[in-house]
Amino acid sequence: MKGRKLKYVVAGLIVVGALLGLIYSGVRDSMVYFYTPSELAQKQNELRGKALRVGGMVVDGSVRWNPQSLLLSFQLTDGQGTLSVWHTGTAPDMFKEGAGAVVEGTWMPDGYFRASTIMAKHSEEYKPPAHPESLEGKKQLFKSLLKEGKQ
Amino acid sequence: MIATLGGFTLFLALGVTLYAAAASVLGARQGREDWLASSRNAVLAHFCLVTLAIFLLEYALITSDFSLRYVVNNSTRESLTRYKIAGLWGSLEGSILLWEWLQSLMAVLVIARYSDRGPSGCRQLMPYVQAVLQGISVFFLLLMTFAVNPFARIFPIPPDGRGLNPLLEVTDMLIHPLLLYSGYVGFSVPYAFAMAALITGRPTEEWLRITRRWTVVAWLFLTGGIFYGGWWSYRTLGWGGYWAWDPVENASFMPWLTGTAFIHSVMIQERKRMLRVWNLVLVTVTFSLVIFGTFLTRSGILGSVHAFAEGPVGVMFLAFLALVLLFSFGLVAYRSDQLKGHGELDSIVSRESAFLLNNLVLVGICFTVFLGTIFPLLSEAVRGNKISVGMPYFNKVSVPLGMALLLLMGIGPLIAWGRASLNNLQRNFLKPILGAAAGTAVLYVLGMRHVEALAAFALCFFVIGTIIFEFVVATRTRAGTMGETFLTAFGTLLLKSRRRYGGLIVHLGVVIAIIGIAVSSVYKVEREQTLRPGESLTVGRYTVRFDGMEAGERPTHILVWANLTASQDGKPLGELTPGQRFYPNQQSPFASVDARYHWSEDLYVILSSFERDGSSATIKVIINPMISWIWIGGVVILLGVIVAVLPERRLALLTSRAKAQAA
Repeated sequence: MKGRKLKYVVAGLIVVGALLGLIYSGVRDSMVYFYTPSELAQKQNELRGKALRVGGMVVDGSVRWNPQSLLLSFQLTDGQGTLSVWHTGTAPDMFKEGAGAVVEGTWMPDGYFRASTIMAKHSEEYKPPAHPESLEGKKQLFKSLLKEGKQ
Repeated sequence: MIATLGGFTLFLALGVTLYAAAASVLGARQGREDWLASSRNAVLAHFCLVTLAIFLLEYALITSDFSLRYVVNNSTRESLTRYKIAGLWGSLEGSILLWEWLQSLMAVLVIARYSDRGPSGCRQLMPYVQAVLQGISVFFLLLMTFAVNPFARIFPIPPDGRGLNPLLEVTDMLIHPLLLYSGYVGFSVPYAFAMAALITGRPTEEWLRITRRWTVVAWLFLTGGIFYGGWWSYRTLGWGGYWAWDPVENASFMPWLTGTAFIHSVMIQERKRMLRVWNLVLVTVTFSLVIFGTFLTRSGILGSVHAFAEGPVGVMFLAFLALVLLFSFGLVAYRSDQLKGHGELDSIVSRESAFLLNNLVLVGICFTVFLGTIFPLLSEAVRGNKISVGMPYFNKVSVPLGMALLLLMGIGPLIAWGRASLNNLQRNFLKPILGAAAGTAVLYVLGMRHVEALAAFALCFFVIGTIIFEFVVATRTRAGTMGETFLTAFGTLLLKSRRRYGGLIVHLGVVIAIIGIAVSSVYKVEREQTLRPGESLTVGRYTVRFDGMEAGERPTHILVWANLTASQDGKPLGELTPGQRFYPNQQSPFASVDARYHWSEDLYVILSSFERDGSSATIKVIINPMISWIWIGGVVILLGVIVAVLPERRLALLTSRAKAQAA
């Protein structure tokens, strides 16, 4: 009787142990450190090459987009430090200048942050924009687009 | 006006609910039938009051009564009526009201379903079941009266509302949250029965038998909600995926995992009278995870620990969670002498062991998901810096555990109870194993080299093999002994042991979905390129030609789209028009994806960006092989559950009618 119970305990321990090992290796391999641009600037050397996640605001007027090479570059700021980010591919919906964004990637030796993913920060309730473009204005814009697009 | 009336209604509902709980407990303790009857009336009145509150809020939403803050935040004057209605569950306050309404509805359904019929013990349990259900309602009503009042006013009254998040303005918004919430709330009923069984000192197998069918239906709603959410995300969110291990998704997945474990371990307790404590723990954990998930996603704690302290919502949820855990486990400890099971495990090679292991793996997956979700919190608390584990962690951990689960899904239903003999193993598993090996070999020869995909397929083939084997053998045996045709034998088999065969059909659905998940994630192809009009992009066998940009007005937004002509191996497939939606209140556009859905492969296109003069557009093309199998699997699961839970009497009626027609 005792031996049989022991057998189940051992079997259970093996399963739980395997589970913990799996979790440990999973966590070790996919840990992503979260920093702000100014924290990153302070810890430049130790963080180079590590998987990082950096959150901040997209600096107004910093977004450059080359449609042919699909190269996107912009700057992220937390008010104190600024980080230059580049990314291959398009930005997600809701990504815009002056709004929050989180980028995931690594810091390259040349001082750029190469982002593998960009996440636009959004909340469920939407705040109205500070200077809303009027619907009329947008209609005009798209009417002109309609014409030019069909030439 | 509505604000006052709504607030008053909720306050009244709180009083009635407290009365219902107290009257049912006192009535049961003193054996006063009249108090119990009065309590039942109060439960009904509670439901009516909350229904009235829902109507009031809906009325305010539909008539755009912007004196309510909630209406301002969740609708605009121009919103279509159906989205005004859906605004009810557009954000926290209304969601809580909807939740509480479903909760009160469940209490009424419990009375309707279990008061008159059911086993004799049901009568003793019912007062306490109601007390627990009403207690849960008290929490939600307290939450609404003190923290998140859906009828809060706003001053000055704005001319127009802000509207729902445009991402939520889709028809799916009318279905997905309702399914999910029904699933969440549904699990409170088996929990209430479990607690009632503990309180009355009857914590044996009775409460399981009473709630068995209910639990499976709640599970179906939760499963349906999760599948529907993935489908919605895939078709409309515009990133080409269906699941991102987002905390909100994990919050629905965790109770699903423990709920699934519960449905399985119930079978061992019914059969072998063991695992009594374990089942009580599982049902408590499932209910707690529902509350915890809401806490996690609604308190803002994941965004930042500091957001948590700002509002009372998080604290109230956490306090309720602590109360639930303390109360439930306290009761389990109090009744521990009655909870000693009778059964013993005879052998490690048995159905009991397979089910136990299945439970361990399901709870293990739940634990890993839990850990991954709260990891940023843990690391911030322990080490002071935020570390998150993203999709790689979840994928890495869940793939091997999922495979273990698949293996057990094949073994569990067929292995013998007690102690499986070598003969039993050989008889039941030799053919499925050979079939799986053959199938995998064929895939290898056809060129599949991805190890994980091959392993997943081998296991899927094995499970499908065991299901087919079981159906064929049972049908053949019945046809032989009863002299029926194969089809009749198959039909009667389904009807006679519906729980077993319904369950196997559910397993089949799960396997189909897993095949879809495995293939679409391993063999997904993605390319993005900027095209000028007339240029085309070729991905695999597909070519997509960009013909130009167009724009048009829609009732709530302006749509800009790219005209694309797709072809497969030179054969035209038709037009695709991915676009972007521009809303007057939003600064950045929302994707409006287009796709050609097919059972074997989806061609999915996204308009990433475009030049405003229409001279070029950046198009992303994604090929998702076999992704539809996930949704097909979901439908098969639905069918399986229907087979498993359809009431006997109705089926008997149907079959007798069919026989009468045939005669």
